[in-house]
Amino acid sequence: MFMNIVITILSGIALLVVAFIFTVTLEGIARKIEARIQRRYGPPFWQNFIDIFKSLTKYSISHGFIFDFGILMALGGTIATVFFIPAGSLAVFPGIDNVFVVIYLLAIGLLGMAMSAVGSGNPNASIGIGRALAQMLGYELPFMIVILGVFFHHGTSSLSDLVSIQIAQGAYNVWLMPIGGVVAFVSLIGMLGKKPFDTFIAPAEIASGPLVEYSGKYLGMLMIQHAFATFIEIGLFVNLFLGGGRTLWEFLLKFLIVYFSIVIISATIPRFRVEQAIKFYWKWPLILSFVQVIIVVFVMGRR
Amino acid sequence: MSNEHKAWERVANMLRSRSLWMLYYCTGCGAIELPPTMTSRFDMERLGIGPMATPRQADILLITGYLSTKTLRRVIYSYEQMQSPKYIVGFGSCTLNGGIYYDSYATINKLDLYVPVDLYLAGCMPRPEAIVSGFTALMSKIDKGEANGWKEYQEKNDWFKRNQIEALGEVYVHDEFHE
Repeated sequence: MFMNIVITILSGIALLVVAFIFTVTLEGIARKIEARIQRRYGPPFWQNFIDIFKSLTKYSISHGFIFDFGILMALGGTIATVFFIPAGSLAVFPGIDNVFVVIYLLAIGLLGMAMSAVGSGNPNASIGIGRALAQMLGYELPFMIVILGVFFHHGTSSLSDLVSIQIAQGAYNVWLMPIGGVVAFVSLIGMLGKKPFDTFIAPAEIASGPLVEYSGKYLGMLMIQHAFATFIEIGLFVNLFLGGGRTLWEFLLKFLIVYFSIVIISATIPRFRVEQAIKFYWKWPLILSFVQVIIVVFVMGRR
Repeated sequence: MSNEHKAWERVANMLRSRSLWMLYYCTGCGAIELPPTMTSRFDMERLGIGPMATPRQADILLITGYLSTKTLRRVIYSYEQMQSPKYIVGFGSCTLNGGIYYDSYATINKLDLYVPVDLYLAGCMPRPEAIVSGFTALMSKIDKGEANGWKEYQEKNDWFKRNQIEALGEVYVHDEFHE
């Protein structure tokens, strides 16, 4: 019993360290890839570590209690969510890592961020948060419908169970439900706030939106939170549709492929306006997700 | 200053010199030299220098060309919104001594009287090569802990404020949002 608790704590810490180092390194390499697409040389791949730790050495200004509390809520909520993402063999809570737990805990982080940004009193932050929440309505709907089809087919909503089922049957969900996989991938781009759907951070329009009033240590904490959120969202996609991994390395390799394909897409496509993004999500991805669910329910049935 | 504190400052300075986020204040001329500096020809990002949208997040305030007295007020507000450590780069001869506008009634001649400038990029206009070499000079200055304009602004605040008021008549933060 005691041994189990120690193992859970140690694997939780290991997962956090792996998630942080791996995601921030990938973000650095992504900047390099984007630079090469634009025929630039690009920063070194450890640039994002320097950015984060430099931000933590700076002085910073607070805008009141809600501003401080929201940041802690965002960082804490996101770190709590990371524990429920099984990374190959490194699963902290095998068996109880339900997708609904992940979605509810992730909402705590997002709402903390929204509360904190609105607490700063800057109108650009309020516009950015309004856009972020509107876009969330856009991508959550097709994504949820598709993953409900996945739960119906496999009869479970536990991430590690879904991973072991996919590995056992030898076919990933993205082969079984290709339309659903595409819809979830498009939703994932919006979830990460990458280029066609980055209207809520738009630096040239609304001065980087929710981040407008954050300085120094606050910005550093938000960059760490962003790294963990990226890990959660892509990890969710990899576990649900690409069969997670037998080992940690297999999981990280799939993560890398998904992340870099999103980076390459986002480096070549310009930005949608917010109402265009929501119209897009509520048109084609929503229709395709319904088509996929109808196929799953009436053709494929329960496994 | 204790040894431990010094070691921490050295690490912090090293980090600060390799990641510089810049806020452009391009109301004068010279903004046209920045796109080639940022894009593929000279690629500023390989030095860790990138554009930032707001004063809160920025480390460098880059002031290009001449400053009219009206825009000086905005420069001071932006500079005071930035968080320490913060650096000002004066770009072009006009920030040094007035340049070709030295006898104009509407511009200020020496930027150094109103805000502490850490680095001047002289020339009319300085080409991207000059900008990149200037920034590498600023980076080594920060690394050695010599770019102390922000400390100077705190220590000699009375002197800076007196000069600002002499040029502008009054300097106060006008909070339009909460009125």
